[in-house]
Amino acid sequence: MNRLQQWLTDESPETRWQANLGRSWRLLRMLMKNPLALLGSLIIIGLILVAAFAPWIAPQSPIGQDLGNRLLPPSSEHFMGTDELGRDIFSRVIHGSRITLLIVALVAIISAPLGLLIGAVSGYFGGWIDKLLMGITDVFLSMPKLILALAFVAALGPGIENAIIAIAITAWPVYARIARAETLTFRQSEFIAATQMLGASNTRIIVRHVLPLCTSSMIVRMTLDMAGIILTAAGLGFLGLGAQPPLPEWGAMISRGRTFILDQWWVATMPGIAIIVVSLGFCFLGDGLRDVLDPRNEGQR
Amino acid sequence: MNALTLEGVNIAYGHTQVVHDVSFSVASGESFALVGESGSGKSTVLKAIAALATGWSGSIEVAGKPRSREHDKAFARQCQMVFQDPYGSLHPRKTIDTILAEPLQVHGLGNRNTRILDMLNAVGLDKRYRFRFPHQLSGGQRQRVAIARALMLEPSIMLLDEPTSALDVSVQAEILNLLKRLRAEQNLTYLMVSHNLPVVGFMCERMAVMQQGRIVEICDTAALRTGEFTSGYTQELYAASGGAG
Repeated sequence: MNRLQQWLTDESPETRWQANLGRSWRLLRMLMKNPLALLGSLIIIGLILVAAFAPWIAPQSPIGQDLGNRLLPPSSEHFMGTDELGRDIFSRVIHGSRITLLIVALVAIISAPLGLLIGAVSGYFGGWIDKLLMGITDVFLSMPKLILALAFVAALGPGIENAIIAIAITAWPVYARIARAETLTFRQSEFIAATQMLGASNTRIIVRHVLPLCTSSMIVRMTLDMAGIILTAAGLGFLGLGAQPPLPEWGAMISRGRTFILDQWWVATMPGIAIIVVSLGFCFLGDGLRDVLDPRNEGQR
Repeated sequence: MNALTLEGVNIAYGHTQVVHDVSFSVASGESFALVGESGSGKSTVLKAIAALATGWSGSIEVAGKPRSREHDKAFARQCQMVFQDPYGSLHPRKTIDTILAEPLQVHGLGNRNTRILDMLNAVGLDKRYRFRFPHQLSGGQRQRVAIARALMLEPSIMLLDEPTSALDVSVQAEILNLLKRLRAEQNLTYLMVSHNLPVVGFMCERMAVMQQGRIVEICDTAALRTGEFTSGYTQELYAASGGAG
């Protein structure tokens, strides 16, 4: 163990990947020193594990109905009670983590690279390309996120895939703005000029030199946005435009529980707590990442 | 043959013309300096040759070929530049190895491992620095990396934009000696921008003195030892720098 640590923190690494692993190791160490970030990462790791092993963790089927046991309060048999069709809410919340994770991951995979690329191209070339791309970005930014997503889902039809596409379409403009601002800060710097002088193509400069410098602020922003994405997905589910029954999506579950909220509080509360915990996890992790990846800390490493 | 010939070059940033009617030529293997105070346009001339400032008119020839306003690979093999600030001229997230491999990848040159090790050796950097990041190096070491990167493509002409002004004095001397040795070894042509007359006297054979975007005098740097200048402005500059080369 000691030897591995020594190898990772070696001041003069011998190979390329030792240098890169060493850098990741230092980042990880700094992240783990931050208690909130540690809590956030534990929650997110927990979410991933729960989603991966959902069928083994959940005591009952998430869609199996049992009308004789409707709306039972939380007990040792049903940790979180049962809903209006007698389904075990705990099992549904566990299985719902898969849907949440799917939405978050897909939205991030679609919108972050898209925004990153548009922003970097816009900031790098400037001129009319910048005006055009930022014009489009502003149009998307000027509309409220949930309303725009609603409009897209209404046009594409309700369903979880369309909800993902709709959220992704509304999420990228923020990333484009950040990537552009970040690109502008070092567009004129000498290492870009030096690379241009080597005869490197613009594509190469953007992909190999500009994008890597935008990614850290992008990762931070994305992690902080995850909470918003989860809430938007839950909002769409609540309005009946996201995941369709009987899928155990947390927002849709709250929506169903609304009818009984005064007498059977647990039906809406349990998925609500799940949303809060996961959103908080992403926020904590994002804050921690910001502290670690902030360029102003770069020199201290 | 002349390595560099500039004739009647005017350079403008937007609508502001900053360099007026500059003409000079640098012979192959020669070391030529552009001297002047801040804002005299000397760095701008370098940028125009490097296609980093595109608003110029007149004629710029590099090794007998007219210079375009774009970056091109053929030019990159012939002419490279070392920048003033070693903290800004290296990508902060790339290891020295990646930085030095970049020109080889762009030009599809093989044998990268040996070339990088040879170059580190040539610029006097130990090979244990190879996989470090720029923030793990000192200013002088970074400038050595920047010089190594410029030399990776084996250019014959080097544009040096105040290569030592951001370094402290003891390191300056090391870098200047390195540049001088490399020039002798590889028969390089230097076009160097500086406001430091002693450095110019040490590094260069001829110099052009610039004031407010115009060349006021072109002379041998030998004149720095005697102080025999034809233009009044050069006399002033010479007196201001202590009068001794």
